[in-house]
Amino acid sequence: MSSIIEVKNLSKKYTIGDRQGYVALRDVMMNIIKSPLSWFGNKVKLAVTHNKYNEFWALKNVSFSVEKGEVLGIIGRNGAGKSTLLKILSQITPPTGGEVRLGGRVGSLLEVGTGFHPELTGRENIYLNGAILGMKKKEIKAKFNEIVKFAEIEKFLDTPVKRYSSGMYVRLAFAVAAHLEPEVLIIDEVLAVGDADFQRKCLGKMSDITKKDGRTVLFVSHNLDAVERLCSRTMLINDGEVVSIGETKEIIALYKSKVSSLTVKEMILPPRDNTIVVFEKISMNTDDAVDVSDGFEIGQKIRIKLEFNIKESAKDIEISFKLRNSHEVDIMFSSLSDSCGFKFYEFQPGKYSAEIEIPNNFLMPGLYHIDLFATRPGFAGIDAQKDVICFRVFSRNTIKEINYGMGCVVSNATWSVTPLGRKTS
Amino acid sequence: MEIIIRPKNKWWQLNWREIWFFRDLFYFLSWRDIKVKYKQTIIGALWAVFQPFTTMVVFTIFFGKFAKMPSDGVPYPIFVYAGLVFWTLFSSSLSHVSNTFMENERIITKVYFPRIILPASSIITNVVDCLIASLILFGMMIYYHFDISILGLTIFPVLITMTVFSTLGIGLFFSALNVKYRDVRFVLPFFIQILLFVTPVIYPVSIVSEKYRWILGLNPMSGVIETARVVILGVGQVNWQLLSMSVASMAVYCILGYLYFKKVERYFADVI
Repeated sequence: MSSIIEVKNLSKKYTIGDRQGYVALRDVMMNIIKSPLSWFGNKVKLAVTHNKYNEFWALKNVSFSVEKGEVLGIIGRNGAGKSTLLKILSQITPPTGGEVRLGGRVGSLLEVGTGFHPELTGRENIYLNGAILGMKKKEIKAKFNEIVKFAEIEKFLDTPVKRYSSGMYVRLAFAVAAHLEPEVLIIDEVLAVGDADFQRKCLGKMSDITKKDGRTVLFVSHNLDAVERLCSRTMLINDGEVVSIGETKEIIALYKSKVSSLTVKEMILPPRDNTIVVFEKISMNTDDAVDVSDGFEIGQKIRIKLEFNIKESAKDIEISFKLRNSHEVDIMFSSLSDSCGFKFYEFQPGKYSAEIEIPNNFLMPGLYHIDLFATRPGFAGIDAQKDVICFRVFSRNTIKEINYGMGCVVSNATWSVTPLGRKTS
Repeated sequence: MEIIIRPKNKWWQLNWREIWFFRDLFYFLSWRDIKVKYKQTIIGALWAVFQPFTTMVVFTIFFGKFAKMPSDGVPYPIFVYAGLVFWTLFSSSLSHVSNTFMENERIITKVYFPRIILPASSIITNVVDCLIASLILFGMMIYYHFDISILGLTIFPVLITMTVFSTLGIGLFFSALNVKYRDVRFVLPFFIQILLFVTPVIYPVSIVSEKYRWILGLNPMSGVIETARVVILGVGQVNWQLLSMSVASMAVYCILGYLYFKKVERYFADVI
């Protein structure tokens, strides 16, 4: 059997700082005018030495192949390189090294509703979105009724989508995408949308696509149940490298045991050579002498202890962390200078330990991830480590189901009601 | 069909087969822009006319009446309007094209298609605007008793095409530059404004001494506007030297703009 996707030694390098902030032409020109020699010197230096401080390999020597009609699952932690891989395969970004051979047209679904225009009606958006995803007008026309039926929006077909509820919007977007028919379909985490009912329907449609139509699919998801249901083979990626490829069941077991222990109390971070700030260890605890091995109770304060090593003395280093929930929503971002009167902490070379306290009754029950950043002014990154630790918050002792899981943080709002006169009848 | 992805594909080549495959996308993107613009039909059409028409009135009062700008014997309003029809197409599509990748950032980072489709399709709305605005030109020609000649009507689309390609060439360069350097969009309006004064819109080419006229030809719009006045209004002689100079500079801008665009195109999703 011939493989339809052939990936050989694929690598992708990003320069940290590329996406943070932007380069102004004005600054570049000013630098040239002010000191043309040093500007030129820097250019040469960059070309000769490579600035390793800011390099980050999102993918390292990834090789695999996919047979025609196969459904390959791709799992791994956030920041493991899954999305980068999909972006290269769908030609959105070029690789730094290696080669990919694709034996057919690729349709990629990295997001639902790409290119939807709020002013246009549902009908118009079906055509527009279909075309953006690579469908021909003829194909869209042929599938039109099916799409509308699947999305359950018959009545609102001629209403601008800006008036749609978010549920309707997502249903329509998925419906269009689900009717794509390329030889290779690439899907990234799109099932994490809509209500539970619609998610089930999407999953059903997905298994129709894969099983009945016999199409080749690459499927990236954090939803391990979905991966298990849809994929015969699965690939586990970690830190930009393929850890293992094989039977889905085995790989998921491997993933659960190795990479994604749900709540980690302490993590020794992989050493990095070329940064001024080296994050070494992160650990979590709370006030009470309660065992936190399986997570934190909602009423507990969460203490994060961070150990890092400063290699050079610098007066403008900022250490920050970001807290994300399992839906990839940023819940909070906090920096060291926030607590130092918005001034930088003056670091001397040596080891440091920082303790961060997250207040109790703040985070909703759920799973959280932490990203760490060491930056210098202008958001020039020294180091960014995504997903260094994750932990769970639960509400075992809380009587009330906290607002049915609405919102991202626990509501501490106070209400007071004043009657404004009684209706007399 | 086999696709091979490598770090360096032959970047300067335009994959015509692929573009042909995505022709429906070109159609739908142009259609989206037109649809959104003319959603309120009357306002949309009025706006297309309003801009060049008001400019014409203001220019006529200040440059025609007060400054007594020469206009090669043609009534100043129609002289300036003939220039403005093409100038408006050029300037509005240039700023439109230059911002097209920023406006479609979401699509670029999530879906693949030949990127050149975006700037190309974003010009279409402006062409529609221009066609609507040119109705006024023909109205004015009737009012001022000019003959609408067959030659004028045949040359008109040729000149529109020239304007479109000039815009595309310069616009491709700016659009790609805009992705990398975000302050370009602040510089661009200023650049366009300056360009208006070095283009013979307000004044005729004849006020520039014959020896230096060819310099105007470095600006492709000079040839377009000058030729438009001669052929459509039917007065004077075509300045072949200026026209060929403009065609040549248009070709050069197209090639340079295209090369720069192609060189950075693949990295858009990483930088934007």
